[in-house]
Amino acid sequence: MLIAVGMIAFALVVLWQTQVIPVSPLYSKVGPTVAPTLTWMGMLALGLGLLAAAFRGGWQSEDEKETPVDMLALAYVGAGLLANIVLITFAGFTIASVAMFVLVARGFGSRRTLRDAGIALALALTAYFGFAGLLGINIGGGLIENAISSALGFAKV
Amino acid sequence: MEAFASLMGGFAVALTPENLLWSLLGVTLGTAIGVLPGLGPGLTIALLLPITYKVDPTAAFILFAGIYYGAMYGGSTTSILLNTPGESATIVTALEGNKMARGGRGGAALATAAIGSFVAGTLGTLGITFLAPMVVKFALVFGPADYFALMILAFVTVSAVLGSSAIRGLTSLSIGLFLGFVGVDLQTGQPRFTFGLLELLDGINVIVVAVGIFAVGETLYVASRYRYGRDEIVPLKGSIWMTKEEWRRSWKPWLRGTLFGFPIGALPAGGAEIPTFLSYYTEKKLTKYPEEFGKGAIEGVAGPEAANNASAAGVLVPMLTLGLPTSATAAIMLSAFQSYGINPGPLLFQTQPQLVWGLIASLFIGNVMLLVLNLPMIAIWVKMLKIPAPLLYAGVLVFATIGTYGISQSPVDLVLLYAIGFVGFAMRRYDFPTAPVIIGMILGPMAEQNLRQALTISAGDWSVFFTRPLSAALLALALLALVAPHFWELMKKPRLEHPPAAL
Repeated sequence: MLIAVGMIAFALVVLWQTQVIPVSPLYSKVGPTVAPTLTWMGMLALGLGLLAAAFRGGWQSEDEKETPVDMLALAYVGAGLLANIVLITFAGFTIASVAMFVLVARGFGSRRTLRDAGIALALALTAYFGFAGLLGINIGGGLIENAISSALGFAKV
Repeated sequence: MEAFASLMGGFAVALTPENLLWSLLGVTLGTAIGVLPGLGPGLTIALLLPITYKVDPTAAFILFAGIYYGAMYGGSTTSILLNTPGESATIVTALEGNKMARGGRGGAALATAAIGSFVAGTLGTLGITFLAPMVVKFALVFGPADYFALMILAFVTVSAVLGSSAIRGLTSLSIGLFLGFVGVDLQTGQPRFTFGLLELLDGINVIVVAVGIFAVGETLYVASRYRYGRDEIVPLKGSIWMTKEEWRRSWKPWLRGTLFGFPIGALPAGGAEIPTFLSYYTEKKLTKYPEEFGKGAIEGVAGPEAANNASAAGVLVPMLTLGLPTSATAAIMLSAFQSYGINPGPLLFQTQPQLVWGLIASLFIGNVMLLVLNLPMIAIWVKMLKIPAPLLYAGVLVFATIGTYGISQSPVDLVLLYAIGFVGFAMRRYDFPTAPVIIGMILGPMAEQNLRQALTISAGDWSVFFTRPLSAALLALALLALVAPHFWELMKKPRLEHPPAAL
């Protein structure tokens, strides 16, 4: 049942995309809309096909149907991702990564939060300074990074 | 012999100490990635794409090729000891290989997989050496209309024929095509599908999509069912040196597997599933020990593993000669070419002989390295399987962040990454193939460009696709590939009133 609902939603997304696409102005006979037009026509047909298949009882394997989605685990991982987005711009890469790491690990059933945080801190700092040093890529510094940099006498990365 | 001379030139490039180190790094990284469940070569190469800004192209592709081959070797270890095939191509290996491991013959199973991969990889690379120049000669006559038809054929075969359902495969493909459209249209300068966001004008980076689907999506998928099942690592038992008997039973399956794998991989359709299954059923038929099949028959590991590796080599033929990727990994490698401003295709062999032949030579070298890495050092790789899943997947997400946020510093990319991750999760959960998304995204804009060039040449006349014999034939093939399975089913249906008990 859930699958059918999901598929109807998907068909609606396809429909919504068809609404968005023709906005681009037509330029010439072979303008920028030709290929997208072909694509949305295809998408619509496919969406209807999926809907039909869903009504006929879906297609998932038995194993997949029997395994319920672990919502708690998903919520933890999702929270980790969200924390990363929120924190990375102002708190910096390391803090954001540690927060994400700990939340994701918890989602996978880890109960040793302190150990996870320690590993995350080591991993994030190694990655940060490794990338900054070797490739000159700045992953987004923040409080911790700049503190360490200045403590070690580096210029601000 | 022209190919042979070029290959020697390639060895001169690949054997420099620096390039040997890149190759070693690639195969080591590739094996590690292959061993870790849930991680694949496509994701790894996507995460490493930023190095293309720093490293010269030859070195970068030697690294990528090492990862590509290495992941194949590593993947067989996971299938055999953990019974969780990382990708559909290794399902068959897990079938017999895991039984062998449980029966205390894990060492022999790993050995026949590694040596079989070596044999097939070497023969397959030899195949590239001689087949590629021939395809190049042929491909030079291709016009835009023919290219477009060829890409349509690849779209159909990759998404509709190889998967379990044409509708779901094509749906994945259309998502990829859509993602490929986002950004400024190169010919007219019109923004498309940017939803008014400035950040989307440059298009969606393929790294974001690949990492979103393969890392974030995979992590979510595993998290959603992690607590319901435990994978059990079968401890490695038995000597890794095969007995004379095992050699005798392995070498023919290796060669037969190669014969299935390479040609099918080299077709514009690609795919490693079909040859591995073909190989498995052939070995099952030909074996003198039918009673062992299903309980751990060495032929059932040797053949499919060889087929898997040979087809991986085959996939490189259309990628290098036609610029036509038929696997997700090949598609990401193609985008690496693009980030260097190099367009793979028939001209690549003339304009970049150093790069192409250096790459091919490094495949030979990488295979030798992999054999060494995988036989004596197998115990080290097995240890990697013991990394606790919470730490592994949390770490994967940290690296996913580095790979995307690190290049653009844009939170929009992160939001996009995680959104695509959730789409990827839904696709995994509802059994949509993910590779067509990547292929559609990379190949879509190229197909569109060829479509528009062809239509410009013909002054907007669509019949050009049907009057050129080559393009008409390719389109007919595509149509056939799409509808033939249905006819097949219709014809079979009346006879299926009394289905056979087996199967």
